[in-house]
Amino acid sequence: MRGADVELSGISVSFDGTTVLDHVSLSVTTGEVVALLGPSGGGKSTLLRVVAGIIAPDSGIVRIDGVDVTRTPTHRRGIGMVFQDNQLFPHRSTLDNVAFGLKMARVGRTERQRQAGDWLARVGLDGMGSRKVTELSGGEAKRVALARTLVNEPRLVLLDEPLTGLDLKLHNKLVDELTDLLRATGATALLVTHDVDEAAAIADRTVRLDEIQNAR
Amino acid sequence: MNRLPGGLVGALVIVPVAGLAILYAWPFATLVIEAVDKESIRSVLGRSRTWSIVWFTTWQAVVSTLLTVIVGLVPAWVIARFDFAGRRILLGLLTALFVLPTVVMGAAILALLPDTLDRTVWAVLGAHVVFNLAVTVRAVGTVWEHLPADMEDAAATLGAAPLVVFREITLPLIRPAVAAAAAIIFLFTFTSFGVIRVLGAPGTRTIEVEVWRRATQLGQVDQAAVLALLQLIILGFLAIWSARLARRHSRALELRPLARPQKPRTRRDKTVVSIITGSTALVAIAPLTALVIKSLSTPSGWSVTAWTDLGSTEIRPGITLGLNPLDALANSLQTTAWATLFATGVGALASLGIAAARRAGRALDAGLLLPIGTSAVTIGFGMLITFDTAPYDWRSEWWIVPAGHALVAVPFVVRSTLGVLRSVDPQLSLAAATLGAAPTRAWREVVVPHLWRPLAVGAAFAAAISLGEFGATSFLSRSGGETLPIAIEQLLARTGSLLQAKGYALATILAAATVTLVIVIDRTGDLAGHSKARSGTLDERHADARR
Repeated sequence: MRGADVELSGISVSFDGTTVLDHVSLSVTTGEVVALLGPSGGGKSTLLRVVAGIIAPDSGIVRIDGVDVTRTPTHRRGIGMVFQDNQLFPHRSTLDNVAFGLKMARVGRTERQRQAGDWLARVGLDGMGSRKVTELSGGEAKRVALARTLVNEPRLVLLDEPLTGLDLKLHNKLVDELTDLLRATGATALLVTHDVDEAAAIADRTVRLDEIQNAR
Repeated sequence: MNRLPGGLVGALVIVPVAGLAILYAWPFATLVIEAVDKESIRSVLGRSRTWSIVWFTTWQAVVSTLLTVIVGLVPAWVIARFDFAGRRILLGLLTALFVLPTVVMGAAILALLPDTLDRTVWAVLGAHVVFNLAVTVRAVGTVWEHLPADMEDAAATLGAAPLVVFREITLPLIRPAVAAAAAIIFLFTFTSFGVIRVLGAPGTRTIEVEVWRRATQLGQVDQAAVLALLQLIILGFLAIWSARLARRHSRALELRPLARPQKPRTRRDKTVVSIITGSTALVAIAPLTALVIKSLSTPSGWSVTAWTDLGSTEIRPGITLGLNPLDALANSLQTTAWATLFATGVGALASLGIAAARRAGRALDAGLLLPIGTSAVTIGFGMLITFDTAPYDWRSEWWIVPAGHALVAVPFVVRSTLGVLRSVDPQLSLAAATLGAAPTRAWREVVVPHLWRPLAVGAAFAAAISLGEFGATSFLSRSGGETLPIAIEQLLARTGSLLQAKGYALATILAAATVTLVIVIDRTGDLAGHSKARSGTLDERHADARR
């Protein structure tokens, strides 16, 4: 699979009069994994949400593969996103969480259960499909969140501080796993983090938010 | 060793226990005995009219509940997700509507609707929806607020369109709250009495209204008793069923910290929020405004006659109405004063007793809740047929109506105070003991002083309940002793624009008084702190405050 081309130009967002993003521009080429660094509360997550279509920018354009998607609703952007606190659906089993995107894509029941099961195995959770997500450990939940996002084979993966809040050993293990998974899928990825080492380990390129602001 | 003497605890609970036994248990037993009569049961159950009333009661309650839940989800969403100017006011407005006396709500809808829609099932459904909107908005909104917006966004990134997100993610997660709201609304609308008395027509009678009609208008006491019991049985089954359902579907939604409501940012959000807020506010304000307007309008234009001549009973020269609105106002104030005094006194004793008596206290606590589980009509009816023979012919005693009101109000006083008393650290009493205070003394110095502030809240509750009480009063009030709700219903049932205008004027007064009391409760409750001291949320306490 070929990853998407992403181009952000002049993205500005303000909340209640406070400017959070000021003319941010950034290009990410096919298959590239870019880490976005910056202090917490600096607007990195907001930028990711603009790309996802969760937050509408006050001005600026988001292009995916050359198509202006600034006004396209989230569910039609063909992106995947991993949230900091996973946001697993508590009322669905582990397998159904992973299969959710396939269900939305109208993949048949048997097929989506097979694919979701495969992905669970791929992230090391073979046979745990019937578990309640509320009973998973922190590392397991993170892996389910990754599998849920990647099973749909999104061409652009957005990762919002995906490895924050894990203990060091688990963190380092997941850094490796995440790096491998992203390489294997060939997707373009935009990773938000405040951890320089994590960024260096996972990403092909690191940009700091203040470098790409105000580039009028 | 350090416990209160049993005699003191016994002295505290004797009055509440006796009151419960005499005013609730006895009439209830009389009612059951009256109803258990083969002939009456056969005659009531064998009549098709009975079943058409049961059918109407059920379907109007189902439709009212569905409509209220569906309509209420919209403002619930806006309040849960957005932070906007007037958010608290909107919530307060809906709550104010919810605590209005049933007769006032009926009057407000009557005032609002054109004559062609008055006294139709549509008017009844409309009143039920407006009345109970706050239940959906508050119960569902609170849970929705805790559901992270990110979770819905996560579903969107996985390809779910907004409606699919609602169906697949949001709805399953808020379902327990929706079900809880639906159960409360169903209970209220199934036992709807005041609204139907004002807005109903012969074809739109609930079981409650039919009980009242048979007992007081047709003199068929035995049949009314059968109907009252039938309703209790239906409600009992429904309660068991809904509790089972709730248990099976209960899902511990990990309540995370608030997903803080956001200020609407985009133009689209702003438009959506203002349209929904505006129309909700309109739904809330329009009926109340209509009350005031109708009290000031006559066929020949605006006039304040209804207000200035409130005390005159003359309809036309020489013909007088057997009802003086100003007397009704005075009666209501008097009744409310006594009911509040009874309820506050008995409630305070009960609270202190329950808090001190531990296990036995719990039984009394549960027992005191029974009157709110029983419909007001059933209570009034039971008292009517019990206290009618010497030496217990108390129906014409001045205290019987306030006592009936107090019966319904005591649980609210107990709810308001018990939590505070229970949250008093037992170590404090022990500390007092080490300083030389005997158990009774320690209790008086350490526990009792915490009673006063929550007791004031309880008293305001009792006053609000008594002011608006209609169901039990319909059975117990005597000619000349009409309270405001009774007078309002009677005035609105008459023809003649001045009489109607007076009915609306009285309804306006009652609405204003109730809303004022609720504001006092809210304020005092807030001042009393957000500690454990507040037993239950205000919603719970408001939930059954209107009878």
